Amino acid sequence: MAQLTINGKKIQTPGGTILAVAREHGIRIPTLCHHPALGPKGACRLCLVEVKGSRVLQPACTFPVSEGMEVQTDTPKIRTARKFVLELLLSDHPQDCMTCEMCGACELQDLMYEYGVKETPFRGERHAYPADDRDPFILRDMEKCIRCRRCIRACDELQSVNAISMINRGFRAKVATSFDTPLQESNCVFCGQCISVCPTGALTEIDSRGAGRTWQTQKVTTTCPYCGVGCNFDLHVRDGKVVKVTSRWDSPVNRGVLCVKGRFGWQFLHSPDRLTVPLMKAELWKKRTGTDGTPSPYAGFVEADWEAALDAVSDGLAAAKAQAGPDAVAVLASAKCTNEENYLIQKLARREIGTNNVDHCARL
Amino acid sequence: MTNSIADLAKAEAFFVIGSNTTEQHPVIGAAVKRAVRAGAGLIVADPRRIELARMASVHLRQRPGSDIALINALCNVIIAEDLYDTAFVAERTEGFEQLKAAVEKYTPAFAAEITGVPAEEIRKAARRYAAARPAAILYSMGITQHASGNAAVMAIANLAMLCGNLGVEGGGVNPLRGQNNVQGSCDMGALPDVLPGYQKVADPAARAKVEKAWGASISDRPGLTVVEMMNAAHAGDLKAMYILGENPLVTDPDLRHVQEALEKLDFLAVQDIFFTETAALADVVLPGAAFAEKDGTFTNTERRVQLVRKAIDPPGKARPDWQIIAAIARRLSADKALWDYPSPAAILAEAAAITPQYAGISHSRLERGGLQWPCPSPDHPGTRILHVGKFSRGLGKFSAGAYIPPAEEPDAEYPLILTTGRRLQHYHSGSMTHRVAGLNRLLAEERMEINPDDADALGLADGDTALIASRRGRVQARVQRTDRIKPGVVFMTFHFPETAVNLLTVSALDPVAKIPEFKVAAVKVTRLAP
Amino acid sequence: MTREELERIRAEAKQALEARDMTTLPEGELKPPRPGEVRVVLRNCGQIDPTRIEDYIARDGYFALAKALGMSPEQVIDEVKRSGLRGRGGAGFPAAQKWLFARQAVAARPAPADGSPPAYLICNGDEGDPGAFMDRAVLEGDPHSVLEGMTIAAYAMGATQGYLYVRAEYPVAVDHLQKAIPQARKLGLLGKDIFGAGFDFDVDIRIGAGAFVCGEETALIDSIEGRRGEPRPRPPFPAVSGLWGKPTSVNNVETLANVPQIILKGAEWFAAMGTEKSKGTKTFAIAGKVKNTGLIEVPMGITMREIIYDIGGGILDKKKFKAAQTGGPLGGCLPEQYLDTPIDFESLAAAGSLMGSGGLIVLDENDCMVDVARFFMDFTQDESCGKCPPCSLGTKRLLEILTRMTRAEGTPEDLLTLEYLTQNIATTALCALGQGSVNPVVTTLRHFRDEYEAHIRDKFCPAGVCKGMFHYEILAECCTGCGVCRKKCPEGVIRGEKKAPHEIDQPNCIVCGDCYKACKFAAIAIRPGPTEKSRRAAHKTETPQG
Repeated sequence: MAQLTINGKKIQTPGGTILAVAREHGIRIPTLCHHPALGPKGACRLCLVEVKGSRVLQPACTFPVSEGMEVQTDTPKIRTARKFVLELLLSDHPQDCMTCEMCGACELQDLMYEYGVKETPFRGERHAYPADDRDPFILRDMEKCIRCRRCIRACDELQSVNAISMINRGFRAKVATSFDTPLQESNCVFCGQCISVCPTGALTEIDSRGAGRTWQTQKVTTTCPYCGVGCNFDLHVRDGKVVKVTSRWDSPVNRGVLCVKGRFGWQFLHSPDRLTVPLMKAELWKKRTGTDGTPSPYAGFVEADWEAALDAVSDGLAAAKAQAGPDAVAVLASAKCTNEENYLIQKLARREIGTNNVDHCARL
Repeated sequence: MTNSIADLAKAEAFFVIGSNTTEQHPVIGAAVKRAVRAGAGLIVADPRRIELARMASVHLRQRPGSDIALINALCNVIIAEDLYDTAFVAERTEGFEQLKAAVEKYTPAFAAEITGVPAEEIRKAARRYAAARPAAILYSMGITQHASGNAAVMAIANLAMLCGNLGVEGGGVNPLRGQNNVQGSCDMGALPDVLPGYQKVADPAARAKVEKAWGASISDRPGLTVVEMMNAAHAGDLKAMYILGENPLVTDPDLRHVQEALEKLDFLAVQDIFFTETAALADVVLPGAAFAEKDGTFTNTERRVQLVRKAIDPPGKARPDWQIIAAIARRLSADKALWDYPSPAAILAEAAAITPQYAGISHSRLERGGLQWPCPSPDHPGTRILHVGKFSRGLGKFSAGAYIPPAEEPDAEYPLILTTGRRLQHYHSGSMTHRVAGLNRLLAEERMEINPDDADALGLADGDTALIASRRGRVQARVQRTDRIKPGVVFMTFHFPETAVNLLTVSALDPVAKIPEFKVAAVKVTRLAP
Repeated sequence: MTREELERIRAEAKQALEARDMTTLPEGELKPPRPGEVRVVLRNCGQIDPTRIEDYIARDGYFALAKALGMSPEQVIDEVKRSGLRGRGGAGFPAAQKWLFARQAVAARPAPADGSPPAYLICNGDEGDPGAFMDRAVLEGDPHSVLEGMTIAAYAMGATQGYLYVRAEYPVAVDHLQKAIPQARKLGLLGKDIFGAGFDFDVDIRIGAGAFVCGEETALIDSIEGRRGEPRPRPPFPAVSGLWGKPTSVNNVETLANVPQIILKGAEWFAAMGTEKSKGTKTFAIAGKVKNTGLIEVPMGITMREIIYDIGGGILDKKKFKAAQTGGPLGGCLPEQYLDTPIDFESLAAAGSLMGSGGLIVLDENDCMVDVARFFMDFTQDESCGKCPPCSLGTKRLLEILTRMTRAEGTPEDLLTLEYLTQNIATTALCALGQGSVNPVVTTLRHFRDEYEAHIRDKFCPAGVCKGMFHYEILAECCTGCGVCRKKCPEGVIRGEKKAPHEIDQPNCIVCGDCYKACKFAAIAIRPGPTEKSRRAAHKTETPQG
């Protein structure tokens, strides 16, 4: 246990960084390159604090606490330093919050607000990279990049893919693949983890552009429909449509990590190919109703109302049972459907048909 | 999985066999990579040089279908070199002497003949696995989709028990389930021989319990598996089928046979969200709801039951599947009120009452986070690790299986082994992923992987179109030359209906698990055009 | 290898070395010592064939190692501590203290189970200051002295593996090291059980890719680990968690080359040289407007005046001394008033500059201090790793302002912004490169503020450097009418009769400066305001910033 003071407040702690200890005790220290799912970096200089006895300001995110330490987190000197860093960042940032996808969910914007940085005293060159939309899913608008390296660390620490890194030095330093190729020409697996950690609008979902900012969507926490890992994620819904998928860092199975299908594979929900009405073979419809029915886009099928379709199914199954016994009927359940639905369909087979002919694609 | 996904970080080493984890289960793949980077050991057994193989200290490139010989040889080395956990074997298991006798002939040299893996590599892998405690075994359909898949699973269990890796954090035998809710479907009794909770239909006591709950009698005859259903339909014994959210006309082996079988049915109902290849053969097609359009639960590969929540309405007149099934059942039932479920929560409550593992699980509890079964009571926290302190049957039983060659082996006419699998960008028959523009951009077509040596012999350049033929059918596909695949073996996935690889596969079944042998078929490859 | 064997080799090698004609050795950059120099680090350079280990042994090489291995590691640390040796890479941290911290860190953790080294010693040969080449001279001319120093240091701190990080721009140094290491291994001076003392140590070379920032020890460690070199915040210090997370000491080439001499001749011998807090000698690379340029080695505490006027021979062309730039791009410019300040770590820091690695550039009246600041800022901005905004963006903004000033576009606000930037970059940047990047600006602003103001207020460069910000005038009262300027003028715009004052046709003068340089009578003066032609030319040659 170490005893220290932060802003004059006595604190007992088993250890950790100044940032961690301060947060545990409800003391706010602003951060930008820090991310709870990633290792500390000390790059952005927003979390600078005064440590008594130290010549320069120290980054709270990497500096370990020690016995007797005296820390100040919000002195005029510190506020000046933080404001200075924000002014520098603003001098290299397109001030297009009006149209930015991340407006309202941007950590840089929030800090500008908190420190009242309306404009920058620095005039000079600004990075003016064109937005890179050459790849599927991931839009890289690098002029909004503040080079906090969260994306690089996510690609490295969470995914062990290392598709992106810093290239060049000085003002020309840039997050890129080797030789600055499109992501598709790198070993990127399009998990989108980089987007999930980006504090600004530099990395966003191409397919969600303009579809609704974070505060405009309703979030519904659910379970991924793809493989058996069962990742947890939030569907972002606006006007009855899914527009984006994100995952929370405290999600129990995947801890915020998703794959390309989980994060980006939701478009099928709104595919024009979705079945929207029951269909019946034209001959069967004619046999059952004596009419031609409403044509459907599918060859040989007409559109049916639910009552007619459900009757036809129960009749079809009942007829086979009546003709050749219950074991002449079989049902296939589905590993894509819910437990409840699987339970119901096996109950249907066993109780109402009287057969154990029930299986699903477990083995396929 | 006997253990949990979060447990993987605690493994000292991994043995990954028959699982291309980073493509099939990418989030678990990433967890394995993180652990390996942090210092855990990694042994990979796979005929292909999969991504994990590049990080592995040992990569065993076994011949497809030779897994049992390989695993038995690992056990042989561990016993011969006295590397096994004597205390665990003595206290927790039985049948060790039988195992010892059974694997005695599987010396590394003997196994090398069968598997094509050098004997020294087998020894190295065995020592590496045995040296790490705890070590986790991960496997997937590369193990199970064989005519001898069940015996291979037993062999894996032997290996884990030998080294005391069951019932411990960071260890375990961890099958990675392919589909999101394949675990739940099995749990819920969507299997021909068991009722919900794996209670045998042949067991009168189990039947009696469910019959009492349902107020009706249940047949004591185990039913047919998927492949057996197709055979029965083909033979005219099966007359009607109701298929929910499946596309056997792409996913099942020996597709020509499947198509003929389905066409012979008197009546076929298909319920799906898309007009699939199978739906085209149906008499009635019912529009169901996708995961985002209904409430319910999925159970993942670590036995975790989790909520699925409705976020949007189904399109048009489509309905949640549970409502459709209940509506059909109501029509068939003499006791219609029984099928008036107010919500999926009520359905799970009924299921939990007869499914011992789910007894303590309810939607209201799941609102606060998922639960891992067995969860026998409402105050039970769920079970992160199975077999702690005791196996369900008491002592863990070693049961060694003998290596049986695959049902079909290459010969002069069909000289190459076709093995099948999956890729990162697409999923199963592709009915979902083919409707995501970006995924199609990332991977637009199937390319058959072939070793450059074989490709040279066949005059195949990268991107050439080849005809791949087996005794059952033929498909065309462009080829990709790569040393990721061993000479003598070619690899394809079943994601693309245009290159329906299951026209080629064998419907030979494992005698116990009734799983088809997707992983080994003899084929010949000829060049068609550039 | 035993001490007796080493003595036998020395005896033979001495004879051979004396018999050899050393003038046939490839010509190095190093001139013989000048009066006032004391050579400790450079003692063998030019005196031996650096590709022959026997030559090094002939001059007592590896006897310090033999002696050190007969001592306890603590005794070695104590000896070096008493000598007062401080790091020659720039920061001046006591070398023995680094080893002690690392040794304590090794003791505090369990021995690695996988047989990997418990700790590492890294020799920093990533000499990056423009114009500094003392490390190159030692690595090329006396590689074994560095290897011996490394081995002694490794023994003291508890490392079993060393890395010698050399920049790729030093192919001869790399070549000589690649010859020296196998020679030392062959004689058992590297490898297992050195001198039978049960101590193992080996050295591998790592070649840097020319990044200035990799001279910063944490960035250097990143680079050896195979990553892009970027400084990390400290703590943790490398002594506790450095290369691959192990206790690591990073020492500069010159520091390590001192170590064998200290062990051999004793702490007192070394401590007798220098000042109270800065002991021993220091090498300097003298460049700029001084008669004798090149590498020198002098005792600490010598004054700048002694270096520039006694050893350096004074300012070229009878010009007036203006400032000395010490410490490289992170150092500062010191004007005349500091000429008699003794050169040691504290005095230079107190003056706002740095010892740095020993660069010393002499500036005269024709050097523009704003342009000098701009030059160094251009270097630092280009070499900034890009990790923290104060350095990557702050130096860019500084460079832009300085560039504007040297193009007659500076405003009074720019001067305020300049000061705002320098104050805050120094307190917020992550590493020494960023924090020190402002020193050239801070010191020139402090000592030459009038030059900045002239650039801004009068659009005038008094030193006659910044294009389009001055013109030349012939002073009638000084002009002898010798006609040299008229002959030199490439544009033919100087008129005048023999023996009569000449005159420049101002509108057509391109302000090339040929007349100014040629005039022997100081009759040409620099005056504010561009000529029409020079103004247009200055605008035309405008290049993209940064």
